[in-house]
Amino acid sequence: MDLMQILGIIIPTAIFAAAPLILTALGGVFSERSGVVNIGLEGLMMMGAFVGAVFTFYGETWGFGGASPWFSFVVAILLGAIFSLLHAVASITFRADQVVSGVALNFLAAGLTIFLVKKIFDAGQTPYLNERIFKSDVPILSDIPIIGPLLFGKAYVTSYVAIALAVVVWFVIYKTPFGLRLRSVGEHPMAADTMGINVTKMRYIAVMLSGAFAGLGGAVYATSISGNFTHSTIAGQGFMALAAMIFGKWHPLGALGAALFFGLAQSLSITGQQIPFLKEIPYVFLLISPYVLTILALAGFVGRADAPKAIGKPYEKGKR
Amino acid sequence: MKKRYGFLMSMVLAAGTLLSACGASDDATGDGDKKEDSFKVAMVTDTGGVDDKSFNQSAWEGLQEFGNENDLKEKEGYTYVQSDAQSDYRPNLNNLVRQDFDLVFGIGFLMQEDIKKVAEQQKDAQFALVDSVVDLDNVASITFKEHQGSFLVGLVAGLQTKTNKVGFIGGVESELIKKFENGFKAGVLTANPNAEIFQQYAGDFNDAAKGTTIAATLYGKGADVIYHAAGGTGAGVFTEAINRKKNGEDVWVIGVDRDQHAEGIYDQDANKSVTLTSMVKRVDTAVFEVSKLTMEGNFPGGEIVEFGLEEDGVGIAPTTDNVSEEALKMVEEYKEKIVAGEVEVPKTDDEFASFNK
Repeated sequence: MDLMQILGIIIPTAIFAAAPLILTALGGVFSERSGVVNIGLEGLMMMGAFVGAVFTFYGETWGFGGASPWFSFVVAILLGAIFSLLHAVASITFRADQVVSGVALNFLAAGLTIFLVKKIFDAGQTPYLNERIFKSDVPILSDIPIIGPLLFGKAYVTSYVAIALAVVVWFVIYKTPFGLRLRSVGEHPMAADTMGINVTKMRYIAVMLSGAFAGLGGAVYATSISGNFTHSTIAGQGFMALAAMIFGKWHPLGALGAALFFGLAQSLSITGQQIPFLKEIPYVFLLISPYVLTILALAGFVGRADAPKAIGKPYEKGKR
Repeated sequence: MKKRYGFLMSMVLAAGTLLSACGASDDATGDGDKKEDSFKVAMVTDTGGVDDKSFNQSAWEGLQEFGNENDLKEKEGYTYVQSDAQSDYRPNLNNLVRQDFDLVFGIGFLMQEDIKKVAEQQKDAQFALVDSVVDLDNVASITFKEHQGSFLVGLVAGLQTKTNKVGFIGGVESELIKKFENGFKAGVLTANPNAEIFQQYAGDFNDAAKGTTIAATLYGKGADVIYHAAGGTGAGVFTEAINRKKNGEDVWVIGVDRDQHAEGIYDQDANKSVTLTSMVKRVDTAVFEVSKLTMEGNFPGGEIVEFGLEEDGVGIAPTTDNVSEEALKMVEEYKEKIVAGEVEVPKTDDEFASFNK
């Protein structure tokens, strides 16, 4: 096997595995930048995957054909945003502990989705989807020599959507008045309030955006990777997205890089067994490598992770 | 004021819990009082559930067939309990024993330890364990000669590969899955001595994403047929194969446990599937047979009941759209040879090494 062939295996799988993580981590950035911890990303993703699978399935029967996954993405974004309202109401309006209400979201999603699947399909899982997001060559770009086939050949469109969205989110948070307000609410809500920014409204918007992104991430996972929804479809990806966000220092592009890094580490741990040189390493070491690399990266290379100052603290008007 | 409401609320909730507990215990005693004349049989699924499109579903189908044949009522005469986690196995088994089921099936080798524990405590109850062995007098162990079935699909893979490279993806590396691997490898090499075989274990039966990645790796290395013995992880193998087929690559998957033709469909209208064939394991036959034996009073406790080609316990799938005439003929030929004992299919690494000499 030559180098090109090896890279041809590792890089596409890394990008492919990273897409749902990127989207969900971006959602996390919105919420946490506004000062609301969102442990509920996992639950929101689960909701998204459920909606993605169910509405793609019904989209097929309603005659949407190849557009059904995209239709399901829209529904997943909407329902994700609505579902995240639970977290918003509890943690912003009622000033409950944000971690607790996030955990509640996770439990609720785990139970609710499976319950609904049983009600709708009378089975423990949704049927396999026929219309999924399939791999395809990106026109023009995949014709570039060497990097073309590696980065743009036989890939999921959703991966590029995710990467593009990361740039959009970066622009929104750092280059627009809305982004400035969002960040100020997360750093010093009282100061923001004195300047006439509606803290509650900003935080509501941020949490709902995180729900929308995590919902999309889950739907992308269901329609591109798993192909159906079961109780084990979303098992920890939401927490990995959370880790990617922290690893990326609460920055959209940082989160993008971290998610891609996780994807690469995972892809290496799996494909490593089939690659010369790496094959000699005992299997267990390859399996743990993503986690070890993450710890090393967090401990050694990232430096101090600066969380938004007001994170985790409910804002009470007039309280010092 | 608010506090008082909170207190009231919790009182109501507590009362509700207590009362509902009463309700449940009433039901339980009600059931126990009923004199049971008719035979009752139940099964505990592993974490897959009875619609896993794999062996849990197959077992449940066998039990339903048994129930229908003997006019048993669902829920009363025959039933299943779903396990959502490994920690559910023991309570589920105990629960069924307490409800006076005459025979309780544990589906899957993951349940071995729990069956053993419960069977030691409940000496009067009768258990049957699918896919593994517990050496106790009140446990019947049902195993399959998966290596024989895998050998047959291996022949098909060996004959129909164009690149002379085939892949095997296993779930969790274990004695059981090794039987699939070695039988398959022996079959491939029998049909095509020049074939190269790649293999990898996912370390998980329920990780579709991992299945996709491993399949991408093996297809990327040039394999054009992959046999998976990996449960839910195998769903990812199908995803990858469908993707490649849609992009014009000539790749195949060999399914496992059930006829997985439907999982591999990439062109709905033409009913075209990436599933070359499947190694079917008739868990339904086994469950049916053991239930029948037990009802007739011949519970095979302490024995290992083995289902192979001879008993129709394993074989290749009825859907043979994608299998060549030549391969089908070879399968028939070797089927007879294996049943007649002329060919001994290897099941462990050592046996494979000596087979391959």
